[in-house]
Amino acid sequence: MIPAPFDYVRPSDLDGALRILAEREGDAKILSGGYSLLPLLKLRLAQPALLVDLRDVAGLDGIVETDDELRIGARATHRRIHEHTIITSRYPLLRDVAGGIGDPQVRNWGTIGGSCAHADPASDWPALLLAARARLVCRSGSGEREIAAREFFLDTFTTAIAPTEVLTEIRIPRRGKGVGGGYTKLERRAGDFATAGVCTVLRLGDDGRIAGSGVGITGVAETPFAATDAEAALIGAAPSDETFRSAGAAAAAQSRPSADIRGPVDYKRAMIAELTVRSLRTAVERALAWRG
Amino acid sequence: MTTHHVTLTVNGEALEADVEPRLLLVHLLRENFGLTGTHIGCDTSNCGACTVHVNGESAKSCTMLAVQADGASVRTIEGMADGATLHPLQQAFWDQHGLQCGFCTPGMIMQAAWLLGENNDPSEDEIRHGISGNLCRCTGYVNIVKAIQQAAGTMAESASAPVDGQAVAAG
Repeated sequence: MIPAPFDYVRPSDLDGALRILAEREGDAKILSGGYSLLPLLKLRLAQPALLVDLRDVAGLDGIVETDDELRIGARATHRRIHEHTIITSRYPLLRDVAGGIGDPQVRNWGTIGGSCAHADPASDWPALLLAARARLVCRSGSGEREIAAREFFLDTFTTAIAPTEVLTEIRIPRRGKGVGGGYTKLERRAGDFATAGVCTVLRLGDDGRIAGSGVGITGVAETPFAATDAEAALIGAAPSDETFRSAGAAAAAQSRPSADIRGPVDYKRAMIAELTVRSLRTAVERALAWRG
Repeated sequence: MTTHHVTLTVNGEALEADVEPRLLLVHLLRENFGLTGTHIGCDTSNCGACTVHVNGESAKSCTMLAVQADGASVRTIEGMADGATLHPLQQAFWDQHGLQCGFCTPGMIMQAAWLLGENNDPSEDEIRHGISGNLCRCTGYVNIVKAIQQAAGTMAESASAPVDGQAVAAG
């Protein structure tokens, strides 16, 4: 399959990329790892006039912790995240998500920013960013703004990024005491997009009850979404399978799956309920183990 | 449309071409450079038949533009054997009957080579995960896994051989 013709530029820095985006507003598409964009170009579902390759733009793949945030550069590959010492030592949830994306070749080249900007309705990172209440940093010629994950994923393949902006960084609240997360997804076969996936993040209070909750769901709506009813069902409750089952039922009710080759609507709802329970069990285990 | 001049080092040799931006790396390798050992299977980033190394990292060359690989060092299946001596992975695929139709084999070997570069003593589970981006429709993977295990052993032996030699000499 051959993409439709396009022009290609490889600016050497971010300012250069932003200038081109401003000059060619609406014509240009950003190229990062290419593992989401190239398949669309080849299917001719995307036919941009210009690709702006960020390959030579340095400084967009850092992974650092500040006092209150984990900051991941948009050009960090899934593999870099999976193997980074900050992630391996303190963020098992991110390690799970990064290590479960696609296959090794995809993880070698695909980037967190590319995946989020692409906004496939069944992709993995958005579920985590929603559950963790992350913020996404976008830069344009006129400055920088932060967009909450819950206001970022608007529709299938549609985000809040403006045509003149580049997504530069993902900011996730730093993991505090009693915080743990889980990501459980169902795929038909290795490397497939998720039939359904549930990411949960819990914070346990000193009394052992759930003091904070986030539930991000992928694969069962036009875009990944936060299951706010499930989050509300968890707050103030003691972590137990009974609590988890009621959160799972709420998450299933809030899903809007469509029937396709991966299964009928009822099946997908049932899977969301179960995946929510399993994800919460992992989250609690990790929250209890993390007193740091 | 503009064309771009690209220069790549392919299997140690500097090669160049004038390409349209939309040209895929796999087409550059096969059609411009005549390196048809890299196969096009699914053409949808799934099957891994087109796997090559780009700057040491395994990549699906149907999912990379030739212009993205400008300046890169690329290794393909043609760069594996040393003259008439097969690479340990090629020999192992032969010995273990790790192929039937052979279509997936170049990509499978390139992915296995990358895997062994990352982890020289992988468990069966690690091998299976390591080649999860490469599909074989003939073998059921059992002999492919055996071949990669054999090659890991051979490569570990040859890596340790000079050290043993020095030890003997020193002793």
